[in-house]
Amino acid sequence: MSAEKKRVVVAMSGGVDSSVTAALLKEQGYDVIGMTMQVWDYSSFTAENGETFGSCCSLDDVYDARRVAERLEIPFYVINFEKDFQRHVIDNFCNEYFAGRTPNPCVLCNQVLKFELLMHKALELEADYLATGHYAQILQRDGQPALYKGLDDAKDQSYFLFTLTPQQMAKTLFPLGGMTKDEVREHALRFKLQVADKAESQDICFVPDGNYVRFIEEERGDGQKDGEIVHHSGQVLGRHKGIYRYTVGQRKGLGLSWREPLYVIGIDAEHCRVIVGEKNLLSRSSFELHRCLWNIPCPSEPLNVECRIRYRQQPVAARVSPLPEEGARIEFELPQKGITPGQAAVFYLGERVIGGGWIA
Amino acid sequence: MNPVYLDHNATTPVHPQVLEALLPYYTQHFGNPSSIHWAGRATDGALEKAREQVAALINATPAEIVFTSCGSEGINFALKGSAQILQDKGRHLITTAVEHPAVLETCRALETDGWQVSYLPVDAEGQLDLDLLENTITEQTVMISVMWANNETGTLFPIAEIGEIARRHQLRFHSDMVQAVGRMPLDVQQAGLDLAAISGHKFGAPKGVGALYIRSGTRLEPLIHGGHQERNRRAGTSNVAGIVGLGVACELAGSVLSADVGRIRSLRDRLEDGLFSRLDNLNLNGPTERDLRLPNTLNLSFDRISGESLLLNLDLKGIAASSGSACSSGSLESSHVLSAMGVDPDRAQSSIRFSLGADNSIDEIDFVLQELPVIVERLRKIRPVAG
Repeated sequence: MSAEKKRVVVAMSGGVDSSVTAALLKEQGYDVIGMTMQVWDYSSFTAENGETFGSCCSLDDVYDARRVAERLEIPFYVINFEKDFQRHVIDNFCNEYFAGRTPNPCVLCNQVLKFELLMHKALELEADYLATGHYAQILQRDGQPALYKGLDDAKDQSYFLFTLTPQQMAKTLFPLGGMTKDEVREHALRFKLQVADKAESQDICFVPDGNYVRFIEEERGDGQKDGEIVHHSGQVLGRHKGIYRYTVGQRKGLGLSWREPLYVIGIDAEHCRVIVGEKNLLSRSSFELHRCLWNIPCPSEPLNVECRIRYRQQPVAARVSPLPEEGARIEFELPQKGITPGQAAVFYLGERVIGGGWIA
Repeated sequence: MNPVYLDHNATTPVHPQVLEALLPYYTQHFGNPSSIHWAGRATDGALEKAREQVAALINATPAEIVFTSCGSEGINFALKGSAQILQDKGRHLITTAVEHPAVLETCRALETDGWQVSYLPVDAEGQLDLDLLENTITEQTVMISVMWANNETGTLFPIAEIGEIARRHQLRFHSDMVQAVGRMPLDVQQAGLDLAAISGHKFGAPKGVGALYIRSGTRLEPLIHGGHQERNRRAGTSNVAGIVGLGVACELAGSVLSADVGRIRSLRDRLEDGLFSRLDNLNLNGPTERDLRLPNTLNLSFDRISGESLLLNLDLKGIAASSGSACSSGSLESSHVLSAMGVDPDRAQSSIRFSLGADNSIDEIDFVLQELPVIVERLRKIRPVAG
């Protein structure tokens, strides 16, 4: 290894994005090492008809990542993070549902698994950088690294990365941040990567069939946290079999008859109550956040930003007012649907991510 | 520096003389040994010669050797094949907590079939308590299975003494001797063994060939049914080239054993002494007494660092070692052997196994002695994350 050759560890999932990331960095002359995090024993996860699920990081994809690494002639390691994943992601996922919130495991996985634990592994291998296939950009602003949206609006993943600290950003590369998905596919073809035509993964990786209720019951047992379904007026309308089965905005599966369609508008974990109401009650114009992080000095005055309250939602105009103890209050110009406790709210100034927090 | 291979307990390169001997059996002598014609006869003779060579290494007779595809097959054959024969006498089997997964998982399969299995504990050096073993025997007990040498720590078990106990209680006795072959003299008769599994690729034969010693008169239900090969004990067309290779590897192991093993032992000792003199907070996993360990094996814990990170750093320098047993996905899990020895989880996570072979040189060991302490000191300086 020549002295000036920078070493980079690429988090490889076997999918097209991280494979192209590794290929591009190799082409650019980096000393590239591939790593795959094994986070979940997918072999135990089989549908009732015996079909096994594929998703973003199943074991099958470990083999794909290994094949790509062989093609690129780079060292490749599988790191077993199953215990860490269980502790930091799965347990949190279940706890959040039991607390009446709707968790976002992808943000946590990035924060803890990729940019703490995997970053640490990379540094232990004398790597200068950790690279991932995320569609987001790190640009220098005022001598500090700053997080920006990916160039491809349809693919932008900056929402999942708002917890990145400047120290982490300084050691992170997102080679795809300035590309469109089509360009990435072209690179995949150019590099003759066999993963080029793979389907995109959409669901939560450890709940590949989307049936998160069954997942939680397999983890924690069923029949917990049952209680009343209550109309927002106070009238008890029925019973439910566990608050974890419900998400704010949900309409299906309530089993209620009422003169108007009813939606879940809140979950009262303390009393194990699911609170329902008419559609107009889903929209709110303000809410609070906790555990906020700022990528700019925490503002002393209310600040006009654009705010995204879920992935794949266009940021909307909002005013953020910092509150004590890392809190914040968000006020939208227009009422918004789907303000879901447990999801992240991320603030943008133009293309730049300036902070975010968790919906209380 | 060329790459340094210190993972011979995982697998070994095929010995040049083995390769030379087996290659003609892929092309020139291609016949099916079960065929009656000239082509079959040519290979049938080779098969029987190999059987003699294997038998000679372990003091068995050729008829007591059945060729298999690998160590795991031999172990499955020995345990499941015995279970079917013995189940009417009793359904209790005694083994150890530190066996290779081939034994442990086969035992678990038997448990789901209604067998009772006792997994004997080991002490801090990985050794068995033979009184406990004897006290574990019940009227239901029909078989004992104890490995000859542990793959992770190199701990040698007192097979002959266990054989004595088995004989006294009229129990069937199997040993997984995969790690012992080629690394020490072996005598299945003196050891009182009824069954013993061998794997070729651990001592210079190719992968995909092994053997099971079945003491004359020991009834065993076949694992693989089909044709009449191997005296009706193991169906399937014989892997002639592999078997020829296994035979030659056994012959070489018998003839060069003492000289080679002495050299490997001195290299291992050089590595062990060198590391202990260069590094603090180093712990040996396995018997302190070197004679109670395989001559080629060294298992160490480097306090305060992850064995995995050390392993990857060594790999990037071209040094191949191992942490516990390699699992099929290539990822790392903590060792059941070390936890059975009561090694605390942190120390187990910081462990690395070096296993040497005849191809290693003093220069290679000195290269490791030069590189490894630097990596360890560097890793110890990196602040750990709150995993």
